[in-house]
Amino acid sequence: MHTVYTPPTSDDPLVIAGRAFTSRLFLGTAGYPNQQAMLDAVAASGTQFVTASLRRISLDGYEESLIDVLGDRVGFLPNTAGCQTARDAILTAELGREALETHWVKLEIIGDRELQYPDVEELLIATAELTAKGFIVLPYCTEDPVACRKLADAGAAAVMPLGSPIGSGLGISNPHLIELVCSRSPVPVVLDAGIGTASDAAFAMELGCAAVLLNTAVSRADDPVRMARAMRYAVEAGRLAHLAGRIPRRRYAEPSSPQLGLVES
Amino acid sequence: MMSELIRVNGEEAALAVATVAELVASRLAPDARGVAVALNGAVLPRAKWPETRLAAGDRVEIVRARQGG
Repeated sequence: MHTVYTPPTSDDPLVIAGRAFTSRLFLGTAGYPNQQAMLDAVAASGTQFVTASLRRISLDGYEESLIDVLGDRVGFLPNTAGCQTARDAILTAELGREALETHWVKLEIIGDRELQYPDVEELLIATAELTAKGFIVLPYCTEDPVACRKLADAGAAAVMPLGSPIGSGLGISNPHLIELVCSRSPVPVVLDAGIGTASDAAFAMELGCAAVLLNTAVSRADDPVRMARAMRYAVEAGRLAHLAGRIPRRRYAEPSSPQLGLVES
Repeated sequence: MMSELIRVNGEEAALAVATVAELVASRLAPDARGVAVALNGAVLPRAKWPETRLAAGDRVEIVRARQGG
């Protein structure tokens, strides 16, 4: 008798601030070869939540908004990418709330443009202020258990530590720290940034992350749609493995087959 | 008489319309979605665009949801 495959997500939803997600993959919408590739990748990934940025309109006529092309198929998570101060990030978050009619924000405040590294001091200020204004704040932050706890204390609904620098594809540089953050965080942990390929996403989930947010690994893949599908299965596989509980590591072999009743010649 | 000036998305522009709603309509299709406006550093909710009159020296930001990571 065989059983029908059911996604592990159907009876294991991710809940952030009371909102349930059956997909634990959040996908960025930037940098695809063309718009159709982005739309197809979003569909193939199974994601329910995509990131968006807020940018000045160009002065030379009509341009499509993300909301026009993705419609009501997915939820939007506006970001504050490019902001370097809490003040700028708060205004950008408020613009995102107005433009996309959501209280959710991916809070991104960069302290070093070249490294795209988060500025925790500014994040703490902005997280507290935006939470007080009624936002659901998901800060992109360092993989520092103390910083993550402080952000949760300041009101963050989830914390989103980096695996490695944005767009680097280096994977998870410090898995031990990510695991510590996951085991101690009072709020869900979303691995954000650094994913290079499907095994990185699975690894993040095995370490205990509640979800993975990625963009470049899919958008710049040779075949973004196929990679989007790979990420979908990787996140599901990693989540299942985490729930299943891995075996302990051993220094020596442990035979799988019974050691009794061996045939002799 | 010289025309009065405002700043729109960081660039000087003649103050040729009366309200924020008219300014947005002059730059975007009428059914444009995913748009937000800040006036002098504070978000101006869409419902207030028609009643908010522009004055010389105003700084207006008109933004739109775009692709992002």
